[in-house]
Amino acid sequence: MVGLATVFGAGGGTSSYEEIENTDLVILWGSNARETHPIFFHHVLRGVRNGARLYAVDPRRTTSAEWADVWLGIDVGSDIALANTMAREIVHAGLHNTTFIERATSGFEGYAASVEPWTLREGERVTGVPAEVIREFAHAYARADRAILCWTLGITEHHNATDNVLALINLGLLCGHVGRYGSGLNPLRGQNNVQGGGDMGAIPNKLPGFQDIEKDHDARRRFEQAWECTIPPKYGWHVSAMLDAMERGDITALYCVGENPAQSEADSHRAQRLLGGLDCLIVQDIMLTKTGEMADVVLPATAAWAESEGTVTNSERRVQRVRKALEPPGDSRDDIWIIAQLAKRLGRDWGEVTPREAWDELRTLSPMHRGMSYERLEALGGIRWPCTDEDDPGATFLHGRLWEEDPHERGPAAPFSAVAFEPPVDELTAEYPIRLTTGRRLDSYNTGVQSGQYVSPLRRRPESLLLSPEDGSRLALTEGELVRVTSRRGSVDAPVTFERSLRPGLAFMNLHFQDLVPTNVLTIDATDPKSGTAEFKATAIRIEKIEARDAAAAGGGGE
Amino acid sequence: MEAAPTADERRAVDEVLGPPDSGWHGGDWRPELDGHVAFGGRETSERRHLLLPALHAAQSRSGWISQGAMNYVCQRLSVPPAEAYGVATFYAMFSTEPRAPRVAHVCDDIACRTNGALELCAQLERSIGPAGTPSAEGTFTWMRSPCLGLCDRAPAVLFQAAGEEPYDWALAPTGAEQVRDALGGEPWSRNGHALSGVAHRDGLRLLRRIGVVDPISLDDYRAHGGYEALRRAFDLGPSGVIREVKDSKLLGRGGAAFPTGVKWEAVATQPVRPHFFVCNADESEPGTFKDRIVMEEDPFSVIEALTIAGYATGSEKGFVYIRGEYPLALRRLQHAIDQARVRGFLGEDVMGEGFTFDVEIRRGAGAYIAGEETALFNSIEGRRAEPRNKPPFPVTHGLFGKPTGINNVETLINVLEIIRIGGPAFAEIGTADSTGTRLFCLSGSVQRPGLYEVPFGTTLRQLLDMAGGVPEGRELKAILLGGAAGAFVTPDELDMPLSFEGARRLGVTLGSGVVMVFDDTVNLADVVLRIASFFRDESCGQCVPCRVGTARQEEVLRRLGSGRELGSREQELALIDDIAQVMRDASICGLGQTAANAVQSAVQRLRIFDGASGNGNGA
Repeated sequence: MVGLATVFGAGGGTSSYEEIENTDLVILWGSNARETHPIFFHHVLRGVRNGARLYAVDPRRTTSAEWADVWLGIDVGSDIALANTMAREIVHAGLHNTTFIERATSGFEGYAASVEPWTLREGERVTGVPAEVIREFAHAYARADRAILCWTLGITEHHNATDNVLALINLGLLCGHVGRYGSGLNPLRGQNNVQGGGDMGAIPNKLPGFQDIEKDHDARRRFEQAWECTIPPKYGWHVSAMLDAMERGDITALYCVGENPAQSEADSHRAQRLLGGLDCLIVQDIMLTKTGEMADVVLPATAAWAESEGTVTNSERRVQRVRKALEPPGDSRDDIWIIAQLAKRLGRDWGEVTPREAWDELRTLSPMHRGMSYERLEALGGIRWPCTDEDDPGATFLHGRLWEEDPHERGPAAPFSAVAFEPPVDELTAEYPIRLTTGRRLDSYNTGVQSGQYVSPLRRRPESLLLSPEDGSRLALTEGELVRVTSRRGSVDAPVTFERSLRPGLAFMNLHFQDLVPTNVLTIDATDPKSGTAEFKATAIRIEKIEARDAAAAGGGGE
Repeated sequence: MEAAPTADERRAVDEVLGPPDSGWHGGDWRPELDGHVAFGGRETSERRHLLLPALHAAQSRSGWISQGAMNYVCQRLSVPPAEAYGVATFYAMFSTEPRAPRVAHVCDDIACRTNGALELCAQLERSIGPAGTPSAEGTFTWMRSPCLGLCDRAPAVLFQAAGEEPYDWALAPTGAEQVRDALGGEPWSRNGHALSGVAHRDGLRLLRRIGVVDPISLDDYRAHGGYEALRRAFDLGPSGVIREVKDSKLLGRGGAAFPTGVKWEAVATQPVRPHFFVCNADESEPGTFKDRIVMEEDPFSVIEALTIAGYATGSEKGFVYIRGEYPLALRRLQHAIDQARVRGFLGEDVMGEGFTFDVEIRRGAGAYIAGEETALFNSIEGRRAEPRNKPPFPVTHGLFGKPTGINNVETLINVLEIIRIGGPAFAEIGTADSTGTRLFCLSGSVQRPGLYEVPFGTTLRQLLDMAGGVPEGRELKAILLGGAAGAFVTPDELDMPLSFEGARRLGVTLGSGVVMVFDDTVNLADVVLRIASFFRDESCGQCVPCRVGTARQEEVLRRLGSGRELGSREQELALIDDIAQVMRDASICGLGQTAANAVQSAVQRLRIFDGASGNGNGA
């Protein structure tokens, strides 16, 4: 988000789903969309059936990569190396879009100079992908009439997440693959409403509608008038910064809504220690999470997708109505009701706020939502923002302005960003020789709060350490055997499963079954200073056999 | 870990697919390379059509498709194992359970069961064991089979021997001792190709070379007028050929009687490229064997006709889809294609005319439904042979979704005659609405069963007389016209002219040219029940009216045959009509739409269930 907002002024995927079906080339970069974004992947498959080429960039040959024309199995964390190598190749082959670069971008010269050291040979050395394959990939992307580049956590869960995203955006700018039908840059969203959360201002630096808290004084004043209060013109903290603030003692109370930081944060030993040290912890969730168990007050909430009214916004920026299907069980209450009651006890009585009233207020304050009345959302089956008035059909794709002839309509240029490659923080050494990366799988979700409670035929073992068969035999392991996995921060015990999708030196774990294997005990909380995302994707580990008596005692738990 | 293929299975599959290109596709694992790059996607999915040939290779290497072999095929072609399993289990000739390497498929279908097949089965049961059980040493077994297309020489048996050099062949007529010897004999006997012949030689056009020409000699074919039609086609040009075919008023012989010239023109004028032309040689209608004889005895004619069709419709590639039970026809056709390629009658520059055309054979694997044209396309594409919804029709969306012409063997070889004598002259033969000659497959109670070619309009009585009538001392009871999907006619109706309009007047069909004759010794209720079980067995199950209807139909017949009706007999007969109506109205393809024809006609015309309960013998 930060990367897109920096370059284009708005943080959101630029393409709509229908464009994925009608493009010529799709790149899934650091995204196992088939398992983690299955709805989106249906659109990708339609595109493939319509003749699009699919390229997958991922250290693992995931089930998404199995559908690809070409899978590029880069080494973990070498994304910038690959992107910069491609950029150099595209420029040297004269395949960059000079018209678009001159008209709509800035900083090309500096960028071109910055990628100059990235010869194909150097790219191969750092990424592990054969030079010829990188070359072919670069040419295919540059030569495609339409191309859509998608990424997910494989790009953003790194200590240099924003640089990773910028490196990909650079490629889009270089080839003019943004702002046109069928060409775009798209971070995929992991939940039905992540986009909506950001749109509504649940990010530290923006008011609803991506209006900057510090810089957009007009917007801030409108909110102040509407809300009859003063809004400090100061960016807030993202979760990792909050943890640091707890460490310093700057945060002593936390109100946590629909989040499970005790398990979802990297280096969970530290996160749990900090949460435990708070004066006051309030948790509002639909399940009693690990964080909830630590809380002073737990506020049971309703499930947003079945027990509440309102709207959600998906990856293609489409705002859709959600309707209540079930009466919520027990004492659980709608999030809006809880927040309003809390406000009342804190001295501001908003009365009974309905979801529609909240939405209509948003429409008066966020220009990009202004045209989206409930009636229109229902009649049109949802509308993609921006939608500025009630005659506006919404936007199929974003940033079409960049292609305007008229410099005034074209608006500010999109800057290239020279980004340097940095290897993952958690270095591989003789002591920690194996690279562990983490991710989700189809039938489970994040820390398992919502998905861990039912059985799935797809789960062979609830949680295991996935290893290449080569490493398995090198370490003399048998499938299902319990091993001790140790990083610089902690150890967990997990059974091993061999997977062809991994090459020697690369291991994989989920984080869905924290009670069985608390994977995040291992991960590093080296965070990206701009986006605040931790480097979940690159941990250095070693794997040791467990003697039989240890195994019996350990039973798969963490230390 | 997953089951692995044996070295032999791997070799057999590689022979079809070529060597694997990477560790991901079954080759040796190269961690440095395969760990960092894999290719697939379109390139791999474009090879999906090789699934059936690869499964054939595995099947004929081991006698069944082991899990290891299946996994290997899937890995080679990037097909999900569940899907490949769905394909393999669709086809009767593929076994995903261990099976002895030598198998005798004993036909117990209509023509054979009225000619001693049931006795043969009973004897094999006594000497080897029930169908499907392996012999004591586990080296062979026998199974029952639907019609093998050898009805003129019933009872028939198809042998399959898996191994290093797999070999299939048919034996007919045959007996239990011969079957036992062939299965257990060392070395594996390869004798026994009884020559199929043409029983009546006067006035032959389509069959004039059968029994005269050497089927494995291109030169002999040319000495008998071969490839003169293709030369003349080049002179006429594609639109000229289509004009002649339209002038000839040739109607398709596959059953639907669609004007061939109209179909060809529709394909030729499609702007979408490429075009394909398919020869439907999946002759599986019980009682039909005409196309087999043509392919076995005059294979070059099929290839020449297909080349002309390809030329006229602007196709670069032709396919012959031949049923799996025709091993000799398969070998002869493959030989003909190879020869034609060597001699420049197929390939990049056919006869030096700058026309590119090649032909590939695809072998079916035991599925009657694969003869339905869109099911056949699915089968070539490596899928279950399930019919597609129409429209769109094959002329716009056929094989691989491209404009496709498709005709059966008999229709195609008519074109050689049309080009030879000219469309208008061809139209003079036969009747005004049914031009040309027709091939009829006579079997059952006639003196001289076999293949007959007569002009349309010949009466059924004339045709039976040509075949010598029913054997002495027997009485004609019924004739099944058009095969299992056709209908019964009675001895009173012998003067019907054999033409499309003549059949239509009587409410029957010529279908695939089956004329199966039954005398007073035959249990007609048993024949009708066999037809019903055949359809229940062959229904692909995709659409409900057919899947359920064919099962219910068989059940009613069983109840009527055993005298255990539910309610009254009238209610059961009304139920047969109801089921027939539903299948006819609501099935998506011809199988379901015609599955009740023979049954209903037997009830209504032959009145097999009138009279005493529980005994449907005769009338």
